Amino acid sequence: MSIAATQKRGFGTVLWDYLTTVDHKKIAHLYLFGGGFFFLLGGLEALFIRIQLITPENDFLSAGLYNEMITMHGTTMIFLAAMPLLLGLMNAVMPLQIGARDVAFPFLNSLGLWLFMFGGILLNLSWFLGGAPDSGWTSYAPLSIQSPGHGVDFYVLGLQIAGAGTLIGGINFLATVVTMRAPGMTYMRMPLFTWATFITSVLILFAFPALTVGLFLLMFDRMFGSAFFDVALGGNTIIWQHLFWIFGHPEVYILILPAFGLFSDIFSTFSRKRLFGYTAMVFATMLIAFLGFMVWAHHMFTVGLGPVANSIFAIATMAIAVPTGIKIFNWLATMWGGSIKINSAMLWSLGFIPTFTIGGMTGVMLGSSVADYQYHDTYFVVAHFHYVIVGGTVFGILAGLHYWWPKMFGRILHEGMGKFTFWVFMIGFHLTFFIQHFLGLMGMPRRYWVFLEDQGLDLGNLISTIGAFLMAIAVIVFLYNVVHTAIKGDKAPADPYDGRTLEWTTASPPAHYNFKQLPLVRGLDPLWIEKTEGKGKMTPAEPLGDIHMPNGSILPFIMSLGFFIAGIGFIFQVDHSAWLIAVYVGMAIAIGCMLIRSLKDDHGHHIHKEELEREAD
Amino acid sequence: MRGWMGKFKSLFLLSALALVLAGCGKENLTALVPKGYGAESSMNLIILSTIIMLFVFVVVILVYVIVLIRFRRKKGQENYIPKQVEGNKTLETVWTIIPIILVLILAVPTVAATFDLADDSNASEHINVDVTGNQYWWHFDYAGEEFQTSQDLYIPTGEKVYLNMLSSDVIHSLWIPSISGKMDVNPENVNTMYIEAYEEGVYWGKCAELCGPSHSLMDFKVIAVSPEEYDQWVEDMQSVDPEAEPQDAVAQDGKAAFEENSCMSCHAIGSSPAAVGPNLTNFGDRSKIAGFLDPTKKNLVDWLMDPESIKPGNKMTGNYPELSEDEASSIAEYLMQLQPSEITPESAGK
Repeated sequence: MSIAATQKRGFGTVLWDYLTTVDHKKIAHLYLFGGGFFFLLGGLEALFIRIQLITPENDFLSAGLYNEMITMHGTTMIFLAAMPLLLGLMNAVMPLQIGARDVAFPFLNSLGLWLFMFGGILLNLSWFLGGAPDSGWTSYAPLSIQSPGHGVDFYVLGLQIAGAGTLIGGINFLATVVTMRAPGMTYMRMPLFTWATFITSVLILFAFPALTVGLFLLMFDRMFGSAFFDVALGGNTIIWQHLFWIFGHPEVYILILPAFGLFSDIFSTFSRKRLFGYTAMVFATMLIAFLGFMVWAHHMFTVGLGPVANSIFAIATMAIAVPTGIKIFNWLATMWGGSIKINSAMLWSLGFIPTFTIGGMTGVMLGSSVADYQYHDTYFVVAHFHYVIVGGTVFGILAGLHYWWPKMFGRILHEGMGKFTFWVFMIGFHLTFFIQHFLGLMGMPRRYWVFLEDQGLDLGNLISTIGAFLMAIAVIVFLYNVVHTAIKGDKAPADPYDGRTLEWTTASPPAHYNFKQLPLVRGLDPLWIEKTEGKGKMTPAEPLGDIHMPNGSILPFIMSLGFFIAGIGFIFQVDHSAWLIAVYVGMAIAIGCMLIRSLKDDHGHHIHKEELEREAD
Repeated sequence: MRGWMGKFKSLFLLSALALVLAGCGKENLTALVPKGYGAESSMNLIILSTIIMLFVFVVVILVYVIVLIRFRRKKGQENYIPKQVEGNKTLETVWTIIPIILVLILAVPTVAATFDLADDSNASEHINVDVTGNQYWWHFDYAGEEFQTSQDLYIPTGEKVYLNMLSSDVIHSLWIPSISGKMDVNPENVNTMYIEAYEEGVYWGKCAELCGPSHSLMDFKVIAVSPEEYDQWVEDMQSVDPEAEPQDAVAQDGKAAFEENSCMSCHAIGSSPAAVGPNLTNFGDRSKIAGFLDPTKKNLVDWLMDPESIKPGNKMTGNYPELSEDEASSIAEYLMQLQPSEITPESAGK
């Protein structure tokens, strides 16, 4: 269904369609919308932080508000912006890349989305209901236990709900890749983005439970008088740090691996060359994911774990540089000898290489534990993780958006504006963060509400703030580009980039069943194979027949709403037990929805062969 | 292509220029000019790792630039299909083995330094200071001596000083960038690290773990003096008479007001290991007020009248009767006269 056709329907119909949809493509739209909204919110918070730090001893924000700002900036960007945007891209593209008609569990897909939405809303409601969390996105105990007000309670419940959504999403993608690949699409023929989605889902499956446990312990400590992190009663605060980073470090790879995947696809497409060292790339991704679970304590070098632990984690951390280096060189080798076309998507990918190389290098430097005693918790670390997460993940998201925009929305983003966005963002980014490496070493710890006069930190901070505004300008231009494209962008053909993988064999945007007939895959880069050795289009793997599709449902939305209401109840029952009613009502709604879902059979619907035959190819 | 590289180059030039202008930061604060053992160990690894990483960066950028210059699609090549290469075993082995070697070159000295800095087997032969981190000030209890200080830590140069650190509330992290890397100050277990300053001077210390609203104002100073001066200072501190009456009338009023307004319930003048508030024995010698304000009487009066406006979230606010301007002024006069030693931050800074 094209955008034009959608617009002819009433607003109410469209809204209901989106609230009840289980179509992976529409869920992708919602993830991108939600993640995009929170990205703007997190960006605004970043600007406030940079305005506060534009001059020494500034009083633009109060100390307490500043701590809320940094906490919400980090939490929002990681959990509510970067991850949902990536989940959006995965949803939009991965089923197409493996030649599937939808994900394995469309209902769960919708549930995961709405849990994320309601979790994000709950967390951000804290701004209006007595103050946001203020213990940093890492929420270290006992600061988070002692934090007054309900800020940290919103953090706990908001992330618990959003996190459940992510976990559901991860399980769903795993099942999809395992069970729904088209005939001939063996594991070693999957595009790298699909591989990245698969491995990222494994990371989600094993990493998020650690966060869930940590959040529950924190919740019990704050609300129900337990003492897991209360030293006076025999608790231990270091346990929180372990739980958080056992989740937190794989989380970094949850953010970066999908970007690695889509860069691989983009380099290959725009160099008109097969990905160099495909097998090595797949195994490097796996190795990074595996090592990602072995290095969490490098966030804790200064905790006092002792020299043995510090040495082991230092070496494990440095080891990650090896598979990452393999990837960088394979990308360069992919382009070597190719026929490189540079458009917006490719620009973001090309910008990623030097930027991420710097981020990876500072990562190894941080892995050297004794050097880390100086870097730790300073602006050096701030610079490092922005080089990795912005230079990797955000560049990746923007590359992916420019690359797949035609597939997702049927129109091509304006190239001129796309290039302008890239250059302004790229320059702004390096202005903001390059200097911060030095600010950190010059004695500026992170999370500092003010820095003092006459400490040699003024110029660096000023430059950093100027850069942040350049990035803001770039984002505004990108938003304008999106609106402009929606109104009068060029209509996209099915395969606008001379693509190589299955998503380019369907219409832009694809029909809601994706493939009229499932394609037969004959090797890596199936479309490319057909273009060079076949008839230029996919051979069907099945005769034209009825297509079985799932029905939409409002239950995921209502179920998530139930958890949201219960979350509010949990937060405020500390003040007055009457709020327990909200807990009961919310849980009743959620469990009621589960019962309905379990007891009421929903067999989906069929699109009949005759209908399919009527539609043009 | 030239446009891209041009912009990239100008970006780096700009950054480099900014660096030259800013120098390496403020002396005795920056980690880039190490003046102590720990900071030097870290700096050696920082330099080694930077060199290794720059080598990698140069190789990557070199290939990157060549690729972008040689292999861009040119006019007339719209239909050119490049050779589809699957991979190259030799090349892939090379760029796996070389990084492994580079990592090993960095790993060996890292492990050696980690064990070296964690070695506290000789702690009992050296000066030991029990450090307590509090929201938002530092307490230093000299083990084996009958005195304590807050905010200013005096150490002799050229000697290892072991800091045994514990927090009274949330997690803090003690960092003296020019002298030593940081270590967390946890509420549940004592963390030990040693510091050694090479030169006399006043060094900035910072809290590096978010500990509340005034985290960024939890500064302290390390006063490194010669071993002889240090011995003199210890003697001076031990011979303080906490009951001594000040000379002039204003300060005497101040002492009376100090006692009337229950300041003593938290603060001690003279030895008191269990400190709720900072120990004030040598307050008049302190390098800063509240950790970061210049030691002027006006700043002290402002602090006494309204500490909340200076250090949000501090534990002093609201825990003493409201002071009149006169009272605050006389208390300030009294406190500024608590100068037991000739060895001060000022003398050390010269």
